Amino acid sequence: MMRLTRRYRFSASHRLHSPVLTEEANQQLYGKCNNPYGHGHDYVLEVTARGPVDQETGLLMRAEVLDTLVERGVLSHFRQSNLNDAAAFQGNCVPTTENLVREIERRLKAGWPAAFAGPWPVLDRVRIQETKRNVFQTTVKQQ
Amino acid sequence: MLITRRADFSSSHACYRADWSQERNREVFGSSANPRGHGHNFVLEVTLEGEPDTVTGMVLDLKNLKGIIQREVVDPMDHRFLNHEVPPFDRVVPTTENIAVEIWRRLAPHFGKGAVRLHGVRLWETEDLYVDYHGETP
Repeated sequence: MMRLTRRYRFSASHRLHSPVLTEEANQQLYGKCNNPYGHGHDYVLEVTARGPVDQETGLLMRAEVLDTLVERGVLSHFRQSNLNDAAAFQGNCVPTTENLVREIERRLKAGWPAAFAGPWPVLDRVRIQETKRNVFQTTVKQQ
Repeated sequence: MLITRRADFSSSHACYRADWSQERNREVFGSSANPRGHGHNFVLEVTLEGEPDTVTGMVLDLKNLKGIIQREVVDPMDHRFLNHEVPPFDRVVPTTENIAVEIWRRLAPHFGKGAVRLHGVRLWETEDLYVDYHGETP
């Protein structure tokens, strides 16, 4: 098994505020991340695919296929945006980077079968650096 | 415990199959198919797994690992055109995946008999693309 990871960058803003908590509770919980006008990050997204290396080509996959999937499914929706405006973060889902990782995983899974027809590669891991000091990662469970 | 040693080497490669047409190579390998080659500053991370020795406090003396990486990988591959100068890439396409497999193949015989095991190799082709290989699980 080989894993191939591509790294992508996008800049977006967010404000952490839960509608089910009081103003005071939000302020206490999220601190400066709760400031009313929001703030932004240069997110670094890593997407990892896993599978066998094709004997003929020596490739796990064509990286351009993944690039197109990530561009269409993720980056074009979030680049230079306010994450609080995204459909996923209406209602009670707060655009923490934990929830953003989940949403990106959901989007990649949704587009995966159309991008990669065969059984391999599979989506293995999604990782986001919010800042150099804060990193969030999910390992994708296969059904 | 996992310990990782990093090394780098700069090499050129071309990803194409001589038995394929130019069009087919271009379609599968994109701009990497240019047979004249192009280069990268590859960054290699070699990770070993083991327990620290009760006397030395070390899993392995890292200068030994440094020497093995130097002899097996950096000396033969640095400032070389992989397709022309480093077997098996005269017959195996030197994709980043295949380079990682070859590095694993070269390093693995140095580990496995003792308490220290080769855990994985991570090979960065650019800052935005890397592969991880942990050998073939039986």
